[in-house]
Amino acid sequence: MSAAARPLSARRRSERLRLLWLCLLLVALAGALVLSVSFGTRDVGWAEIRAGVGGQLETIGQAAVAARVPRSLLAALAGASLGLSGAVMQGITRNPLADPGILGVNAGASLAVVIGIAWFGMSGTPAFLWTAIAGAGVAACFVYAVGSMGRGGATPLKLALAGAATSIAVSSLTMAVLLPRADIAGGAKAWEVGGVGGATFAGITPALPFLGLGMLIAFGSAKNLNMLALGDEAAAGLGGRVARARAIAALGAILLCGATTAICGPIGFVGLVVPHLCRVLAGVDHRWQLPFSALSGAILLLLADVLGRLLARPAELDVGIVTAFLGAPFFIWIIRQRRIREL
Amino acid sequence: MSPLSAPPLSARLAASRSAGLRHHRRLLTLLSLLLLAAAALTLCLGQSVTPPADVLRVLAGQSVPGASFTVGTLRLPRLLLAAMAGMAFGLGGASVQTLLRNPLASPDIIGITSGAATAAVFGIVVLGLGGVPVQLLAVAAGLGVAALVYLLSWRGGVAGARLILVGIGLSAMLQSATAYILLKAPAWSLQEAMRWLTGSVNGAQLAQALPLLLALLAFGALLLSRSRDLEAMRLGDDAAAALGVRLGRVRLLVTLGAVGLISTATALTGPISFVAFLAGPIAARICAPGRPVLLPAALVGALLVVLGDYAGQFLLPARYPVGVVTGVLGAPYLIYLITRVNRTGGGLA
Amino acid sequence: MTLQTQGLVAGYGDRRILHGIDLSIVPGQITAIVGANACGKSTLLRCMTRLLRPEAGEVRLDGTSIHRIAPRALARRVGLLPQSPVAPEGITVADLVSRGRHPHQGLFARWRPEDETALARALEATGTEALADRAVDELSGGQRQRVWIAMALAQETDILLLDEPTTYLDIAHQVEVLDLLCDLNRNRGTTVVMVLHDLNLAARYADRLVALRDGRLHAEGSAEEVLTESNVEEVFGLKSRIIADPVSGRPMMLPLGRHGMLAGIGLAAGVGA
Repeated sequence: MSAAARPLSARRRSERLRLLWLCLLLVALAGALVLSVSFGTRDVGWAEIRAGVGGQLETIGQAAVAARVPRSLLAALAGASLGLSGAVMQGITRNPLADPGILGVNAGASLAVVIGIAWFGMSGTPAFLWTAIAGAGVAACFVYAVGSMGRGGATPLKLALAGAATSIAVSSLTMAVLLPRADIAGGAKAWEVGGVGGATFAGITPALPFLGLGMLIAFGSAKNLNMLALGDEAAAGLGGRVARARAIAALGAILLCGATTAICGPIGFVGLVVPHLCRVLAGVDHRWQLPFSALSGAILLLLADVLGRLLARPAELDVGIVTAFLGAPFFIWIIRQRRIREL
Repeated sequence: MSPLSAPPLSARLAASRSAGLRHHRRLLTLLSLLLLAAAALTLCLGQSVTPPADVLRVLAGQSVPGASFTVGTLRLPRLLLAAMAGMAFGLGGASVQTLLRNPLASPDIIGITSGAATAAVFGIVVLGLGGVPVQLLAVAAGLGVAALVYLLSWRGGVAGARLILVGIGLSAMLQSATAYILLKAPAWSLQEAMRWLTGSVNGAQLAQALPLLLALLAFGALLLSRSRDLEAMRLGDDAAAALGVRLGRVRLLVTLGAVGLISTATALTGPISFVAFLAGPIAARICAPGRPVLLPAALVGALLVVLGDYAGQFLLPARYPVGVVTGVLGAPYLIYLITRVNRTGGGLA
Repeated sequence: MTLQTQGLVAGYGDRRILHGIDLSIVPGQITAIVGANACGKSTLLRCMTRLLRPEAGEVRLDGTSIHRIAPRALARRVGLLPQSPVAPEGITVADLVSRGRHPHQGLFARWRPEDETALARALEATGTEALADRAVDELSGGQRQRVWIAMALAQETDILLLDEPTTYLDIAHQVEVLDLLCDLNRNRGTTVVMVLHDLNLAARYADRLVALRDGRLHAEGSAEEVLTESNVEEVFGLKSRIIADPVSGRPMMLPLGRHGMLAGIGLAAGVGA
């Protein structure tokens, strides 16, 4: 009796543990949101925070809080999207180093938007969104195709090299488009480092449908990702449609990171770090791992944003540079953990 | 084969060896001639045409009205800086690629160039330095990044794959640091920022060429003297050690030389995209297989930068810094290279 | 010229692989090192050519510690063919083999007539002279291995170490390579030390066998002395039967498993007991 029952009860216990972690993450997210609204260049009291969030703009403190609300929401949204898209990309490629930044997807989105502005006179967030997502998609497919050619498929090393090299080439192209157009260069320069400062509700709203759809697709792909984790052949042997499952999941990931890049600019490493942490908390089951990644991504980006505001007081560091400096050591740590054969 | 009709084996081998050597010398001569032709082109043809005779008189030190300024002050320093930076990138890049036995592991991908560029930008924008201190800072940072990449990838030995990945990670971090410093720089000018993001020889002065010349002489000689050991290391570390190569010392010296060259050039021209990456593989492609590529790579690098800069100035609808031109030119070659390296599996295992 | 190890302790990082090896290589003979996977065979070979610095003990060449000999001078006396050397893309056979002359040339030394002679001799000895102008990439596995051996020969050392020279080769090419090594040993008097996986080939071709077990010397001597049922069981954890090889008269090992044997054989050897 006990031999069969023990795994079941163990599983139930680990489910309970995961639920507990999930609740803790939700609490942490709430805490991070509060931190993000209350900390900044100007110290504010609780009364001002309450009033500011309520929409009152009478004191400078209240105005500061009111300005921090959309910013915090954007940080949470962007973080969740990036974390989720990183988890999906790592699942699709079965590759621990997949990240929109490392794979050159962000650079692709930037190039597409710059081309749109310079050649087609594009303006307005909705148009940016479409082009950024298209650019991200093209870059992702390209890097994946190049990285998975030849023996051994898409090894971490080949993917990372293809991504790094493509990033250099794509940023040269971006410069080439931008240079003759000094008029638009000023607006585009902020794209070099991603940030959530200066966010407004009006700027965020157009991205919501894209992000929502992306999240739906990503969460819906959880079971397929579990199947893909067994390897293409085993997945096909289990009756899965490998190519279709991968394409759909990739669409979700690209919608998420493309739309995020369109409104925030390139923010690297969130998609890399978060899934690794979540694999420790939630295990390898994507049905758990994906929500964990979304929540932790939001928390990470909120905290990185707060850190950026605190470190450089009275100015602030863009969140893109904070995540780069937090993420790169983590990236190196992951590489050091792995055996050479796995790279 | 009968001994009567065919010459003895050693004579045949000697004949084919000297034919190979002649071919290699011819190739070097051809590359040098091309470089000279490119130099003549950039000195004579610009926004205005200067007759070759006038150019020669300016080069000989005579004062020629009109030509003295365009050739002596504008074109010549630019040419010298471009050619020498190209040599430095080509030589340094090819050395590192040979050392790591992977054409994709060039200094611009594994973070050495980014480190030097970040340090140069930091020195200029934040510390308000200029000239030689910036170059020293850049060289120190390049060496620092190289050491850091090496230490971080050390786990009871250094594996090429780990080293490259660690370099990519550090490089991503440094690039965002460079972009950030430029973004926050008070007097932000696109042209100036461009130099540090993609590399440019705009506004070259004769005084800048001197430190680069010294670096080329010192570090270049160091690298070329290790050329034979590097060639042996292409057979694999174990095979090279079995042939009597002191691996540790050669690695240290070659890294020092390559980083010194790349960092000095980066401090002056910015990280000219892909030259360090492209010169070695192009040189290997035009050389007969198995010939040392360092010298041809230096010449190819110089050609790339000189011609790229000329194209960026005069042949394209807008004026582009050389780094944009080489970056865009490099992209298709890069894709070709990645797919080919992946197909053969060479060096990426 | 004698190569000896004394109390050799070595490993990678924290992992110790060799735990004190005392071994003398008999000059002019073929020695095969055998043992289970990860028992330290390659590590031992790497220590014998300075590729790995031992933590304790030393390797001596004619009584002098090899770490007191300059790498280049050592490479003129002891050659090593590593397990997986890399052939630069497109390189020709003659070019690759001439790399073996590296330790004989100075910093800027030119190619001398004696280098040419050594190259020709190495090509002839390995029967690769007809391939001299071919690219190494185009050759078959057996031809390629012969070319690598030719490179090690061009080094003109008295002692030649080979790390699994027959891996990845089919049986015909394995025999071809081992025959070649035997020829070298007979004709030039080269001392050959090789790591081999195939016990029967080792017993057939080697004058001496050295069996390692968990980084220690387990048995050493002629094939008859080393290839015994008890040694095979202790070194590989495999029950076996040793018979005389009808071709060579040397001992030959037949593994006993759980299946595919005539009735009674497994019982007699106590398999499954």
